[in-house]
Amino acid sequence: MASSSATMVYRPRKRFPFAQVLRYVALTLLAFLFVTPLIWMFSTSFKTTGQAYHFPPEFIPSPLTFDSYTNLWTGSIPFNEFYLNTTVIVIFSEIGTLFSCTLAAYAFARLRWWGRNIWFGVLLATMMLPFQVIMIPVYIIFRSLGWLDSWLPLIIPTFLGNPFYIFLLRQFFLGLPRDLEDAACVDGAGSLRILWQIFIPLSKPVLLTVVMFTFVSAWNDFLGPLLYLTSIDKMTVSVGLSMFIGRQGATNWPNLMAGATLALLPIVVMFLLFQKYFVKGIALTGLKG
Amino acid sequence: MSELKTAAISQPQQTWSVRKPRNLNFRRNLEGYLYILPWLIGFFVLTLGPFIAAFVISLHSWDMLTPMKFIGLNNYQTLLKDPLFWKSLRITLIFALVGLPLQLALALLLAVLVNGKNRINLAYRAIFFLPSVSSGVATAILWRWMLNPEFGLINVGIRAVGVPPPPWLSSQGWALPAVIFMSLWGVGSTMLIYLAGLQSIPDQLYESAAIDGANLWAKFRYITLPMMSSTIFFTFIIGVINTFQIFTQVYVLTNGGPNNATLFYVLYMYQRSFQAFKMGYASALAWVLFLLVLVITLIQFKLAGRWVYYESGEE
Repeated sequence: MASSSATMVYRPRKRFPFAQVLRYVALTLLAFLFVTPLIWMFSTSFKTTGQAYHFPPEFIPSPLTFDSYTNLWTGSIPFNEFYLNTTVIVIFSEIGTLFSCTLAAYAFARLRWWGRNIWFGVLLATMMLPFQVIMIPVYIIFRSLGWLDSWLPLIIPTFLGNPFYIFLLRQFFLGLPRDLEDAACVDGAGSLRILWQIFIPLSKPVLLTVVMFTFVSAWNDFLGPLLYLTSIDKMTVSVGLSMFIGRQGATNWPNLMAGATLALLPIVVMFLLFQKYFVKGIALTGLKG
Repeated sequence: MSELKTAAISQPQQTWSVRKPRNLNFRRNLEGYLYILPWLIGFFVLTLGPFIAAFVISLHSWDMLTPMKFIGLNNYQTLLKDPLFWKSLRITLIFALVGLPLQLALALLLAVLVNGKNRINLAYRAIFFLPSVSSGVATAILWRWMLNPEFGLINVGIRAVGVPPPPWLSSQGWALPAVIFMSLWGVGSTMLIYLAGLQSIPDQLYESAAIDGANLWAKFRYITLPMMSSTIFFTFIIGVINTFQIFTQVYVLTNGGPNNATLFYVLYMYQRSFQAFKMGYASALAWVLFLLVLVITLIQFKLAGRWVYYESGEE
């Protein structure tokens, strides 16, 4: 608030900032509406079933109970295993994505080879193709490889590149100055060494953006695990969470909300720590399209 | 997309006038292809191959257990007479033509409100953006609870005002509006795209309008909106394409019900393929999905130049 009154001093032609006041009233109201579902989820997760149905609803449950969380961690549905499984899948997806996309992006940005622009056009075209169009044959491929009910169909494709991230990285690489690599080239460094010792260290922001996007999409992925996984001890958080609805009806809301809270927790933490990189990724891809 | 193409082509071609030994050329090509090899394998095995295979399967009748049977274009003929196909298409289009404009309008409103580089705006920005990052099963489950007719927070609020609350997800008429309502929570990423667009509008335009005595609405209507038209158009097209891929939210929220009132296109495809095991028919649905997305993309290329104001001189 202090800053807005400070700007008033510098603009004497404005008498009373009606528009500014109106703006912050509207913002506060909207922000309240946007945050309420999350607070409601968090608060319900600490209630008993009886409290959840209490009228009028209480935002701060009394007494507070951790039953839902202990249920999830030790109950019939092994939520702790879902958590571990998803973490493993996310880690391998990160490795695969960074490996395959950095290599391809570097070749598209800096190396000179026959057919580069054609293949780049192909890459752009594949960005438009929805996964659902090819979902059935892809499923059949993994089935014939005997990979169903394993994490391979979720992990291996990340090692085979993602057009979206390749494009993002390539655009960033194009903007890096050529001087450094020319110097390295004169010193006799090969292209792999240039990529590793010059491009990677200079590209930390965009690499972090890719890491964040990969994290969110692997953690939230639902269709993939739903198609490929069947046994419960291999399930991920997202599919595991959706099984709660079927098993417990829609009745045990505190349990469901505790599950939702735990599923969102890593995303929210990542967001709060690295918000800048999420924003950058959206702005880059949104505008360049 | 056009910007992408020019970026690809206008990339400076470094010509080496010194004579190149043939084996150096070969080495350079080999190197390039080795670098893109992972993606190239992925492209052939997991994109192009399946893309063609989907069409081939769509010409067959197949349940994944017994051998495939060639039936020509039968699946496509069945599809044209399938009321559920038309229903899923209608639902998807309603979402694209009613829900999506609402989303874009809200995103633009938020962007205009949080435009400005002070700390308070940054905090608000984070609040609006967070829900769009956390989309997925957890969010859908959360909204099932929010929209619960008896104890959900939304109806508690509506009842407090004294209006009879709608039954939301359990009624045919209200289920789709409920899905649209929930989708408004995820407009944060569109807001960010708009925000970047707003920040590229030159300040002089607003200043000269202020001198002419333009009020807030006039500035918005005659400067912001025209200057943002290309961005809005772009987000609309992307939004329509994304609408044709909506799956997780409705699968968790309603599973297409009640009585198929929220049977989005891909959900119907999923039901035909992995629940009814009509792989041939579902592949026909998949190819129709591809054709729809292709048509939307082509429309975008055609109309982008005509409807939309682009700042001249910007390449």
